[in-house]
Amino acid sequence: MFGHKLVTHQTGPEGKGIYRVYVESAVDFGREIYLGLVLDRSSQRVMIVASSEGGMEIEEISATRPQSIVRSTVEPAVGLQQFQAREIAYALGIPAALTQAMVRTLQGCYRAFRDLDATMVEINPLVITADNRLLALDAKMTFDGNAMFRHPQIAELRDRSQEDARESRAADEGLAYIGLTGNIGCIVNGAGLAMATMDTIKLAGGEPANFLDIGGGATPERVARAFRLVMSDDNVQAILVNIFAGINRCDWVAEGVVQALTAEPVDVPVIVRLSGTNVEEGQKILARSGLPIIRANTLMEAAERAVTAWRNDRRQAAGMRAV
Amino acid sequence: MSILLDRSSRVVVQGITGRMAQFHTKEMLDYGTQVVAGVVPGKGGETVLGVPVFDTMKQAVAATGADTSLVFVPPPFAADSIMEAADGGIRYCVCITDGIPAQDMIRVKRYMMRYPRERRMALTGPNCAGTISPGKAMLGIMPGHIYLSGPVGVVTRSGTLGYEAAQQLKDRGIGVSTSVGIGGDPINGSSFRDILERSFRDILERFEADPETQVVCMIGEIGGPQEAEAAAYIQNHMTKPVIAYIAGLTAPRGRQMGHAGAIISAFGESASEKVEILTAAGVTVAEHPSVIGETIAQVLARRAA
Repeated sequence: MFGHKLVTHQTGPEGKGIYRVYVESAVDFGREIYLGLVLDRSSQRVMIVASSEGGMEIEEISATRPQSIVRSTVEPAVGLQQFQAREIAYALGIPAALTQAMVRTLQGCYRAFRDLDATMVEINPLVITADNRLLALDAKMTFDGNAMFRHPQIAELRDRSQEDARESRAADEGLAYIGLTGNIGCIVNGAGLAMATMDTIKLAGGEPANFLDIGGGATPERVARAFRLVMSDDNVQAILVNIFAGINRCDWVAEGVVQALTAEPVDVPVIVRLSGTNVEEGQKILARSGLPIIRANTLMEAAERAVTAWRNDRRQAAGMRAV
Repeated sequence: MSILLDRSSRVVVQGITGRMAQFHTKEMLDYGTQVVAGVVPGKGGETVLGVPVFDTMKQAVAATGADTSLVFVPPPFAADSIMEAADGGIRYCVCITDGIPAQDMIRVKRYMMRYPRERRMALTGPNCAGTISPGKAMLGIMPGHIYLSGPVGVVTRSGTLGYEAAQQLKDRGIGVSTSVGIGGDPINGSSFRDILERSFRDILERFEADPETQVVCMIGEIGGPQEAEAAAYIQNHMTKPVIAYIAGLTAPRGRQMGHAGAIISAFGESASEKVEILTAAGVTVAEHPSVIGETIAQVLARRAA
């Protein structure tokens, strides 16, 4: 087990390396219960989700045994009340002798959720042992990244061996990057526009290689860092830069692109689409630079040109190999 | 008319002494917005760009008659600032701050419920570009010059996609009544009638009631139940046409795409499911972001015919 890869549907198909193992003594148990606390966006509260059908994933439970699921939302001003916890215990059919233990377990979970800024707490399964105790056999918690400034002890638990190296390096540099499996790299400002850029590439017949939001101020340094990051993915065969210059000006962003590409040339086609303030100036700067930058006016045009350039580039590469 | 913000809005900037806040305060003043006060605890008595600074919101409101606020306060203190605005008698608050803990926002929303409806502050954001009623006032960090004044109400979770839409409209000579950024966080502010009426649905209700707004452009993305909630409202209550664009068709499940709220974690939260739900509700969905302006122009032309 140690040092091997574990593949479950939570790790994704590529799996995760096993470098730490937690060992506990085996127990005999009867019933298995599912217990989860989540941040419910509809009620904008913490919601307790429980089921008498523990031991399987909640997605599976909700598909096969939806009637077994009990839900309860917590009023944030006063926290989880005893009666709510009792109601859950009764609904799950917990034996009378264990009702108080269940109430304590639920209140403990809620306290952990609230005090540690969790976004999810899951115990699956929570079991009733052969000697009639309530016992958590597994537990999982996720935490709110925005709240880590007040939980240094949790931030310390971060295990980089379980993260994608490129994504965690990007995060350290203040760039929101997510690696995907396509060939067209994206450099975009704004999360919504970055997603829209990926979608447009797909619509034009290509596949995006990444999500990347370089944030509001597209300074030359940030643009250069973004090029380095995107190029570190060997699958990238073309790069699409899509910047909406609002408070910034397009001429300034264009200078940044030119500086970045002059300092560190890339060997794949680069397509640049600028929009917003001073767009004509920006286009002129790109044209004057003498760099082989492919320009586009709309996002759709940029995506189409990126896909065409990538296909041509691939064909040329194939041709060269044939010679 | 416009919604939430107009020429008469008197704005207080919370955290006005920060570098970002000063830059955007100047932009707002240049746009013609009445910025009448700033609030920074401990800096009362100073002035920034000619605007008087107060220690507390109550002092600022009492001295200047401010009714609108813009929060530029760092994440650890932003929730406190929003609650101070709500308690200080502010009618409409926009929070720009990105990175507020989700449970802080849960507490903010609960705190706002303590005021009776007629005194309850409207809140949009956090993690948004703000709100603009073109030609009247600007409350946020957007480039004001990309917006023309006109008949399109815009409500968006993404800042830059909102700019994209405004620019495409401007290129066609079409203007905006008000553009509202509701932000990319999982727990949005926005005003609400009860706990289940908020964000898109609530803003849509305001646009429906606004005589200047003829059509509404709604820009959503993956994650959360807001678009589905909006679809139900549009189908049952709206007479004005709604055009939507949803970002994230290629976003993988379970991964957070930049915005804290942009993560597909439940059924109905992917872009394709949202497109389906909105289409079924009679919303015209733009297939890709480059045709948002064109789609709105077509709907406006059809309405005029």
